[in-house]
Amino acid sequence: MNVILIFSVLVLIAIALWQITKIFELSQEKKVNTQVATDKDNDWNGKLMFAFLIFIYALTLYSFWAYGDVLLPEAASEHGGDYDQLMWISFALIFFVQTITQALLYYFSYKYRGEKGKKALFYADNDKLEMIWTIIPVITLAGLILYGLYTWTDIMTVEENDEALVVELYAQQFNWKARYAGEDGVLGDANVRFLQDFDGKNLVGIDATDPNGFDDVVVQELHLPVGREVIFKMRSQDVLHSAFMPHFRAQMNCVPGMITEFAYTPKTTTEAMRQNPDMVAKVKKINKIRVEKSKDLVASGDTALDPYEFDYLLLCNKVCGASHYNMQMKIIVESQKEYNQWMEQQQTFAEFIQ
Amino acid sequence: MSTAAQAHEEDHEHHHKETFVTKYIFSQDHKMISKQYLITGLFMGIIGIAMSLLFRLQLAWPEQPFGIFEVLLGKWAPDGVMDPNVYLALVTIHGTIMVFFVLTAGLSGTFSNLLIPLQIGARDMASGLLNMISFWLFFLSSVIMIFSLFVEAGPAAAGWTVYPPLSALPQAQPGSGTGMTLWLVSMAIFVASSLLGSLNYIVTVINLRTKGMSMTRLPLTIWAFFVTAIIGVVSFPVLLSAALLLIMDRSFGTSFFLSDIFIQGEVLHYQGGSPVLYEHLFWFLGHPEVYIVLLPALGITSEIIATNARKPIFGYRAMVASILAIAFLSTIVWGHHMFISGMNPFLGSVFTFTTLLIAIPSAVKAFNYITTLWKGNLQLNPAMLFSIGLVSTFITGGLTGIILGDSTLDINVHDTYFVVAHFHLVMGISALYGLFAGVYHWFPKMFGRMMNKNLGYFHFWVTAVCAYGVFFPMHFIGMAGLPRRYYTNTAFPYFDDLADINVLITVFALVAGAAQLVFLYNFISSMFYGKEAEQNPWKSNTLEWTAPVEHMHGNWPGEIPHVHRWAYDYSKPGAEDDFIPQHIPLKQGEEELQH
Repeated sequence: MNVILIFSVLVLIAIALWQITKIFELSQEKKVNTQVATDKDNDWNGKLMFAFLIFIYALTLYSFWAYGDVLLPEAASEHGGDYDQLMWISFALIFFVQTITQALLYYFSYKYRGEKGKKALFYADNDKLEMIWTIIPVITLAGLILYGLYTWTDIMTVEENDEALVVELYAQQFNWKARYAGEDGVLGDANVRFLQDFDGKNLVGIDATDPNGFDDVVVQELHLPVGREVIFKMRSQDVLHSAFMPHFRAQMNCVPGMITEFAYTPKTTTEAMRQNPDMVAKVKKINKIRVEKSKDLVASGDTALDPYEFDYLLLCNKVCGASHYNMQMKIIVESQKEYNQWMEQQQTFAEFIQ
Repeated sequence: MSTAAQAHEEDHEHHHKETFVTKYIFSQDHKMISKQYLITGLFMGIIGIAMSLLFRLQLAWPEQPFGIFEVLLGKWAPDGVMDPNVYLALVTIHGTIMVFFVLTAGLSGTFSNLLIPLQIGARDMASGLLNMISFWLFFLSSVIMIFSLFVEAGPAAAGWTVYPPLSALPQAQPGSGTGMTLWLVSMAIFVASSLLGSLNYIVTVINLRTKGMSMTRLPLTIWAFFVTAIIGVVSFPVLLSAALLLIMDRSFGTSFFLSDIFIQGEVLHYQGGSPVLYEHLFWFLGHPEVYIVLLPALGITSEIIATNARKPIFGYRAMVASILAIAFLSTIVWGHHMFISGMNPFLGSVFTFTTLLIAIPSAVKAFNYITTLWKGNLQLNPAMLFSIGLVSTFITGGLTGIILGDSTLDINVHDTYFVVAHFHLVMGISALYGLFAGVYHWFPKMFGRMMNKNLGYFHFWVTAVCAYGVFFPMHFIGMAGLPRRYYTNTAFPYFDDLADINVLITVFALVAGAAQLVFLYNFISSMFYGKEAEQNPWKSNTLEWTAPVEHMHGNWPGEIPHVHRWAYDYSKPGAEDDFIPQHIPLKQGEEELQH
């Protein structure tokens, strides 16, 4: 990587030097430098236009080759597949249009570079042609819009049902909490007014007059059973936050004063995701980087970085203050059995405030 | 010529006792005001770009000490390590300055003022006084914005969108104290400035066109400025209302945007408001703002591409229609910034529909530009290079809009670096290229001298390479899930493999920043020492080039030229030259193109 960096800087410096000498030459040449492009200017700039086209293509190809592995991590939710499919279709379309239009733009800039005495074609209008490039986008976009809306409705329609697990995500500067409904399956009412009750032990402001609240479980780590729909109810106690779970193709803002919703069904356990070959490769790559970094750290007397192990993430994705960059929660997807075992070890609200 | 203009001209005869103050400071002459806008805009641009370089350093080498931080940030960079609050402040003020002060006022203010009277054949703006007040309000708001950088707790730091409650509560972050108050005051004044300017542009275009300058003969630049002004008048007042309501919430205890808040161990009294309301109000301006920034740049490009391709702009009517369509659609798509804000998902569907429709007029514009180049005789002046560059970044950046405008796909790329890449290319870089193209092209008109073309070429090529170098890789880290506005990514080992890309981006950004110094040098030195300009250096058709090089109050000595044809008679068959200015009457038997 460093080699590429240094190389690109060197190339840029070389271009800079070349240009500066050129400026010098031209200023020496003759005094009739009118500052309007001459044939010579048109010629070399036209050629650079073509070179720039190659640069864009090369940059694109290089980026896909070098960074292709970081694009969209493997989806871990059931709707993730639909999302990814729509994404790749859109991407393919964009890629196609980009390749062609940029080629035309820069090729024409090169091909038709000006020459004295040449005359441009007087070509002001062509209704048929314009109709074609209006209709084609119309049809393509109509397709994309319909497809998009179908998927959107599918993802965003949250229907309460007995099967689903209801979990509240609670955001505050700068951490996340999760609240499970407990045995009754109903989240107790809550409001920030109750946060100071019970000597501050009421971590998410559960209303103690609501009997549904006492068996609720408040935790700092999100555990989800695989294959079961989870309906998230999101709250924030102070400023806007956004619950972003990239592996699950899930995101929703947490808004003080209202409850927002998002639902998905996790389909891959944390353990299974760790075994995924792409993920294994990624973790290996990351650990290699961390080992390298640790060498420098140790040399300067700091402690080495811990080796990295993959976990699903919940990140805050709406700027929320100084530590916004570190507002995160671990998500663990496991079998229903493991989930039940974990849940049994947690304290209910009633137990916690005693 | 209208009687008003005649009266003005007579007035001009007795107008000899111009002092330094009335000529250079409180000038009511549109050409001087345009220069004032440009220079203030460039000054703000230097600050905005410098800020971006500072936070790019932090992103590439997180939490590393830099001497420059200690020098520039002082107590906010203890031992040279940038503080997270300062990072957010830099990001916020960078966005605010670039969007409003550089690309709205600096671009639209400069070229609308310069070109509207000159290209439609008017002696000046409809109201010189309002025009002057508009500039000075803009200047005042710039001063306040810069002043806010020096307050005790630092400037606004809630992101350029300043969403409450973060921006409303000083307890939430230091920047939400006095810094935020100044931000809001500055923006309120900015809106007033923008409205006075826009109203003036609209009235001038409607009323003061010279004889023969029908709407269908207007150069596309004027169409773009005219429509931009209309969008501004429709949407900027809504930003003002949002700012006022936010001021009320902050200072007078109302609850428009706030409800149920517990912060720093205290339950606040706010009840019943909603931050989502603020988002609606903000983006009702915020999205049209994108086109307020972009349309003038596209207008400038249309003019420059036609002139330098020595060809008529292809599909004039379609170009006008697409400007109008974009303007109309721009006011009904704001919700695509809010797909996951918690608003009803059904609204998401509506806004997806309207948003993706914008791709149609945009595609028409892009194809028409490309066709204009086809079989042209391209004069690759620096202005032309920047215009071609604009079309390129407009396409690259615009295409990813298809992903972000789709509510479904937005779920996972919302507020990631993918968005940063998208809007910097499609609006930031494109509009900046428009600004540069305009400066290179109309510099002779503004200052009577030419800019050095070789420095211009150098400026373009380095900038072009770096712009892609900076923003192209951002698509990838965005798709990987990296959120924007993170002070550092080291809190997530998961993103460790993106660190290299961030270094690469910063290197390109630094080189790009250095290249802008070449432009500044060229700009300033050409102002004083540039080669003296001919009257019509680019052999252009529009009316501004019929005015004398030496600026005069009232623009033309004697009568204002009349217009007999559209602005794009380049390389017309049967004509001797490859251009026929608009004021040349049709030859006998010559047909005016039915466009």
